[in-house]
Amino acid sequence: MIRYVGRRLLQGAFVLWAAYTVSFLILYLLPGDAVSIMASGDEQNAVDPALVAKLRSEYGLDRPLHEQYVIALFKALQLDFGVSIKNGVAATQAVGEVLPETIKLAAAGFALAVLLGSALAIAASFSRNRWVRQLVAALPPLGIAVPTFWIGLLLLQFFSFRLRLFPALGNDGAQSLVLPALTLAIPTSAVIAQLLTRSLHQTLGEPYIEQIRAKGASDALIHFGHALRNAAIPTLTMLGILVGNLLAGAVVSETVFSRTGIGRLTVTAVNSRDIPVVQTLVVLAAAIFVITSLVVDLIYPLVDPRINTAARATA
Amino acid sequence: MTAAPVQDGPPTGAAEPLLKVEGLRVSYLVDGAAREAVHGVSFEINAGEVVAIVGESGSGKTTTAHAIINLLPGNARTESGSVVFAGADLSRLTRKEWQGVRGKDIGLIPQDPTASLDPLQKVGPQVAEALTIHRLQPKKAARRDAVRLLAESGIHDAESRARQYPHQFSGGMRQRVLIATALAARPRLVIADEPTSALDVTVQRQILDNIAALTAERGTAVLLITHDLGVAADRADRIIVMRRGEIVEQGPAPEVLGSPRHAYTRQLIAAAPGLSPKRLRPVVAAVAGPATGAPAGSGPAARPLVEAQNLRKVFHLPRTANGPRTLTAVNDVSLEILRGETLALVGESGSGKSTVARLLLRLDKPTGGSVTFDGEDLTAARGERLRQLRRRFQVVFQSPYASLDPRFTVADSVAEPLRAFGEGTPSERRARVAALLDAVHLPADYGRRHPAELSGGQRQRVAIARALALRPELVVLDEAVSALDVSVQAQILALLAELQAQDGLSYLFISHDLAVVQQISDRVAVMRGGELLEAGATESVLERPEHGYTQELISAVPGRRKLQV
Repeated sequence: MIRYVGRRLLQGAFVLWAAYTVSFLILYLLPGDAVSIMASGDEQNAVDPALVAKLRSEYGLDRPLHEQYVIALFKALQLDFGVSIKNGVAATQAVGEVLPETIKLAAAGFALAVLLGSALAIAASFSRNRWVRQLVAALPPLGIAVPTFWIGLLLLQFFSFRLRLFPALGNDGAQSLVLPALTLAIPTSAVIAQLLTRSLHQTLGEPYIEQIRAKGASDALIHFGHALRNAAIPTLTMLGILVGNLLAGAVVSETVFSRTGIGRLTVTAVNSRDIPVVQTLVVLAAAIFVITSLVVDLIYPLVDPRINTAARATA
Repeated sequence: MTAAPVQDGPPTGAAEPLLKVEGLRVSYLVDGAAREAVHGVSFEINAGEVVAIVGESGSGKTTTAHAIINLLPGNARTESGSVVFAGADLSRLTRKEWQGVRGKDIGLIPQDPTASLDPLQKVGPQVAEALTIHRLQPKKAARRDAVRLLAESGIHDAESRARQYPHQFSGGMRQRVLIATALAARPRLVIADEPTSALDVTVQRQILDNIAALTAERGTAVLLITHDLGVAADRADRIIVMRRGEIVEQGPAPEVLGSPRHAYTRQLIAAAPGLSPKRLRPVVAAVAGPATGAPAGSGPAARPLVEAQNLRKVFHLPRTANGPRTLTAVNDVSLEILRGETLALVGESGSGKSTVARLLLRLDKPTGGSVTFDGEDLTAARGERLRQLRRRFQVVFQSPYASLDPRFTVADSVAEPLRAFGEGTPSERRARVAALLDAVHLPADYGRRHPAELSGGQRQRVAIARALALRPELVVLDEAVSALDVSVQAQILALLAELQAQDGLSYLFISHDLAVVQQISDRVAVMRGGELLEAGATESVLERPEHGYTQELISAVPGRRKLQV
């Protein structure tokens, strides 16, 4: 078991390194560096070329690629991703300041998504009316097809401007969290609902469900006592991808509702070629992905007794 | 149709049957059209009686059973007829009321024990659930009762086994769990739907003994659904024979078996290997004429076609905290197969018989020992040499459902080995495929069909035709008839015997069923736990078994007790 986790952590470290390196190369290859973008801020007061050169050498941008990379990587190992070019604070600090806001948003969004998605899937499977069942089953594809920003704008229009129930923007308390979290939850819940509906349908066709019915079990016992847990397993496998979805959704949601957070920070950092911040974000996203899949693998045996993590490690 | 009034009181006089099915019609909705599967079936079961419904797949026997307990699949519907249980008309029950009948008054023992337990829940609670659902016991007492019920079903150390998960149980043990579950609430009727068709013969007997003992003790009536008349003969008081949704004959078991009135019943009796043991072909004395393509200079000296010496196969299992583990699947097995003969390899699941077959076919490499095929060392052969040897031995597997590519037509499947070895021109291949389909008695136009359009028996014929495509000298039949209904099984066995006589084939016939083995094989080798227990001519092994285990296998053959060989 310890060997297994150790090996997985090593794999994770490799993923983080690869993410760092690839993002480093891509950002290097993009035309223009941070200093030249800063300098070309506006036409009227052009920046002194000497100052630009000085800044370049200060940030080490005038050195050859491999030197820049080795220095940057060595610092990154000590969690030093450099100083944000935009406002001069450490990149990790810039990210760390807004991270809690995004965690709040993502957690709320995820909880909502699981709730909504499961409710839809259960409703689709529970209903004995074929018409209702088909209607409910048609909702998830709709939720996936509609763009997230449009959902956000609709919610904003209706609940903030028309009904004035929730604030339209900002990070003020739980009230301001509702609409962004809902925006984030809708596409994710659609994915969960679709996966769970299909898997629930399949599970209910299994012989052991018939056997439980033959014991005299009610539909409620069959669903909540047996089928849901079995049906959740394939959905659990997708958790890593769902968390990735949430991060992508956070970018849109935070932009639409003008919330501070990782998503918005990503957009501004990329736009202003703030390489230290972008790199921090990339490594953070990779770390989240690595941790999620490790956690999923570790809780698998708790959900499904047939799976033995230790045995799988050598298989 | 006269529906009996609903009665809530105790069952009326002793003359009243426990279950009365009258004019039952069930239809399935297929592609929007209703297709009737059960056409007006009527029968009765008295309290404490064991009644068997016998028929092939598609005869409507399982549909009838599911209609009784109202567990028909979503596209099936009871069209008319009544099911009266203990004086109450079950067809009038609401959904809710059914939940009070199932499990409490009527229990169900399912067909496939491996898939019939919730894989995520411990076994004890699953048995206890049958009690708690009907509020017969509070949760804690039900858990204690579950342990007792498991012990009664023949599970040793039930206390700790109850805390294990289904995947930690063998197929036979899971069926014992399901029997404990079905009988937990002491129902007055238990429906056993092919309870042993997925199990080995020896386990089958233990399971049927277990059901018989427990139900007799409680006075529970049993409706036994089976395709094997031998099983029905052993177990039932009365036998109902079904065919194509109708009852063709019913009556007391000795009467139905002793003086069958319907031709179909006679056919079923003839097909049950335990009931009518007969050889499908004469025993091969030594060496038949040289097989087609055999070198003329090989001489008359009886060199075996296949010779295996001291075969050994060790598998490495996932390591645990106690270090690496290994499993010796085959240990020091030596055997030979002569030209034109059938060697049967007999044993239960886990005995290593299939591993031996894989080693002989060179699908696996032995850990030790050697295999020679017609004088050539198979273990050393590789590359093109091995590929050319491979065409001389072919295999037919157990599952006719899994061994054919569902996207290939029948003709594609049969022609595949020809294509793989670049045999003939396309038109020659077409002719060969037609000849092969003819040889396995399939109509020529079946070549255009897909496996999904064929029955299990027809698929197995396709698999046999494919195995014969390259004119092999040895065909390994790995439980090739075990998944088939008895009557279909008899047809496939007859076909195999016919093909063997025609082409001088050698068969390695792997089976757990001695009744089938005695019909087709010249010699028998018995395996258990990876070792060869005994081997010899079929007759002498079956009549004078040396090993106790072989005796056990022989006495497990269904139908054998009623009609002595």
